[in-house]
Amino acid sequence: MSRKLLLKNDHIPGIAALKTYKENGGYTAMEKALKTMSPEALLEEVKTSGLRGRGGAGFPTGMKWSFLAKPEGVPRYLVVNADESEPGTFKDRYLMERIPHLLIEGMVISSFSLGANSAYIYVRGEYFYVSRILEQAIEEAYASGLLGKNILGTGYDLDIYVQIGAGAYICGEETALLESLEGKRGNPRIKPPFPAIAGLYGCPTVVNNVETIAAIVPIIEMGGAEYAKIGIGRSTGTKLISASGHINKPGVYEIEMGLPVEEFIYSEEYCGGIKGGRKMKAVVAGGSSVPILPTELILKTAAGEPRLMSYESLGDGGFITGTMLGSGGFIVMDEDTSIVKNLYTFSRFYHHESCGQCSPCREGTGWMEKILHKILEGKGTLKDIDLLWDIQSKIEGKTICPLGEAAAWPVAAAIRHFRPEFEAYVTNPESIKDVKHYYRLNPTV
Amino acid sequence: MVKLTIDDIPVEVPKGTTILQAARLIGGDVTPPAMCYYSKLKTSGGYCRTCIVKVEQGSEKDPRPIPKPVASCRTEVAEGMVVRNITSPENLEARAGVVELLLVNHPLDCPVCDQAGECHLQDLAYENGKEETRYEFERREFEPIDIGDKIKLHMNRCIMCFRCVKVADQITDGRCHGVINRGDAAEISTYIEKAIDNDFSGNVIDVCPVGALTDRTFRFKSRVWYTKPVDAHRDCSKCCGKVRLWNQGEEVLRVTARKDQWGEVMDNEDGSTAWICNDCRFDKKHIKDWTVEGPSEINRHSVISANHYDTLRNIKADTLRMLGGKPHGEKVDLGIGALDPNNQHKQ
Repeated sequence: MSRKLLLKNDHIPGIAALKTYKENGGYTAMEKALKTMSPEALLEEVKTSGLRGRGGAGFPTGMKWSFLAKPEGVPRYLVVNADESEPGTFKDRYLMERIPHLLIEGMVISSFSLGANSAYIYVRGEYFYVSRILEQAIEEAYASGLLGKNILGTGYDLDIYVQIGAGAYICGEETALLESLEGKRGNPRIKPPFPAIAGLYGCPTVVNNVETIAAIVPIIEMGGAEYAKIGIGRSTGTKLISASGHINKPGVYEIEMGLPVEEFIYSEEYCGGIKGGRKMKAVVAGGSSVPILPTELILKTAAGEPRLMSYESLGDGGFITGTMLGSGGFIVMDEDTSIVKNLYTFSRFYHHESCGQCSPCREGTGWMEKILHKILEGKGTLKDIDLLWDIQSKIEGKTICPLGEAAAWPVAAAIRHFRPEFEAYVTNPESIKDVKHYYRLNPTV
Repeated sequence: MVKLTIDDIPVEVPKGTTILQAARLIGGDVTPPAMCYYSKLKTSGGYCRTCIVKVEQGSEKDPRPIPKPVASCRTEVAEGMVVRNITSPENLEARAGVVELLLVNHPLDCPVCDQAGECHLQDLAYENGKEETRYEFERREFEPIDIGDKIKLHMNRCIMCFRCVKVADQITDGRCHGVINRGDAAEISTYIEKAIDNDFSGNVIDVCPVGALTDRTFRFKSRVWYTKPVDAHRDCSKCCGKVRLWNQGEEVLRVTARKDQWGEVMDNEDGSTAWICNDCRFDKKHIKDWTVEGPSEINRHSVISANHYDTLRNIKADTLRMLGGKPHGEKVDLGIGALDPNNQHKQ
């Protein structure tokens, strides 16, 4: 049985309510932080814990916090990224709807450490009902003196606001999120300056994922050093994984970093194996934008080592034979899945979600989608596969924000690992019998 | 001052200068093309990605290379930085890729476009692009719309440089003009096709690098290379009154602001930008309205200069086309450059 930190009280009925949350040890970490620790000591704990951003990039949280500029007389902000727009990822939603107070407690501790007196939760538009849950929890916290002026009599003030997005994938990118939060069109900003210097309303801002901020609570509870003992190497602590696809038990699982991928997929405690006893074909390990890996490479690295659920192990081999832990959106595909169709779906998504600001992504995502559609229709040529490869290489790394990469990586990986399947679509039209389905999905083409 | 090298050419610039500005000080081939950056407009640049360069060494202190190509127009220089533009084949390949993508949805209707001959996208494609497109699908299409009675918007030709949006934000009163929709469906628009109605709105035409925003008073009157540009001025109560007239004989076909070698509106003596008002641009179309100063200085590589230089006066345009190996209707400036023995890449 793996150790649980974030979801340890998940099974308790009514844990979303403040009373139950408090009865089960809630807000003790916050009290400890505000009453006995200094902001600097808190930052040290977070650094010691080795916590890395859970939104996808895996940037060390303590380091991110230490970059925050602290000019005199300028407010600082904490913004929680609850946009969770990466396809295949639904862990933040689960956390917020089940244990909203964990996020709020984490936000108070983090804001105190950062010296912020206003904090925002930016919730994606599709999670409208989640915003209601959060607002209710915030109201409860205000009523009990856990938020607002002079929290717990410590003299520290904090206000938390919930803002709902309008359903754009791009608003999960931190600077686009800030633009949207300011009431503007959600276009990513050109960096530098980074949000730590000039973020929300031009003030120093830290943008963190929901899970990252929630993880601050157990870190303060047990101490950074203790937290760092969990996990493996530089991947410390636990991680929420959103498991979906052709598995027997899809859902959100909290795992200790370092769990073997094979155990995660096949053990009864987690995914419970592939549906219908079929064979596994491929896995997208960290949300739709990370490279897809075929079974042999997701279970074992190129060197033959067992692949583990950690930033380093999944990244082993770079993009040639490895992938990324990303946001933890773990999509499993069985032997009957068409990689080409799956890629088309992803490409259609990125085309639809490109903000249109910079040329390579705006024009390239649409082009890739059209070529894939052509291949699915049975009109593709072998040249088109090379063209796809070339277009993705022209997008990757040339764009303002990572959406360009997010659109390019899946294309590159699918061609790299499943090229014969693309060739089959081109040379053997029989293999595309049920393509009609995709006309319905995409009436615009 | 900060020292850096661009394509092995050392240059010294004040702190805070961008790589592109530093490259413009060197001039010539090493200057990356810029489609969206406009030095006279705040926060412009970074969108089109044509000015990307490779930074081989980040700075003296931190000699690591920057892993991805950077937009030179929005990246500040650092002491000891080593930048590669045309000396990096990889970078040129990346730029060619951006150019190809910029043209994916462009209608390539140069033969009927008023901008042809002074179009930055034409130059860019000519200098950095590939001979043929690999794009075989339908291009996105919009209906041309009139924004006001003087300006035409051809959204099909737009490359989303955001320059006109910044003009509307920064030099005209009131925001009247922005971007709607997303991705490759994004378009420049006024609020529900509302007319742009203020004294400086015509400047959106001057900043547009392509033929997306054109002057309706000049529409289909002439190809630019059949007009002769002269600098002129008048006393104007609204603007500096310093303009460029595009004449055919005594007839003033078009009035624009004066532009420098980078295609940007020039500065006044006091350092302000010489934007012109709509009265000067659209209504003063008689040579008597103006005090003519003399012929405008035009980059001799430009197709516009073709009819105005002694050495070329006697060479017929058709001969030039033949020598340049270019079919009718395409740019002929390669021929001119090759023919001119004094051509030392003077800007």
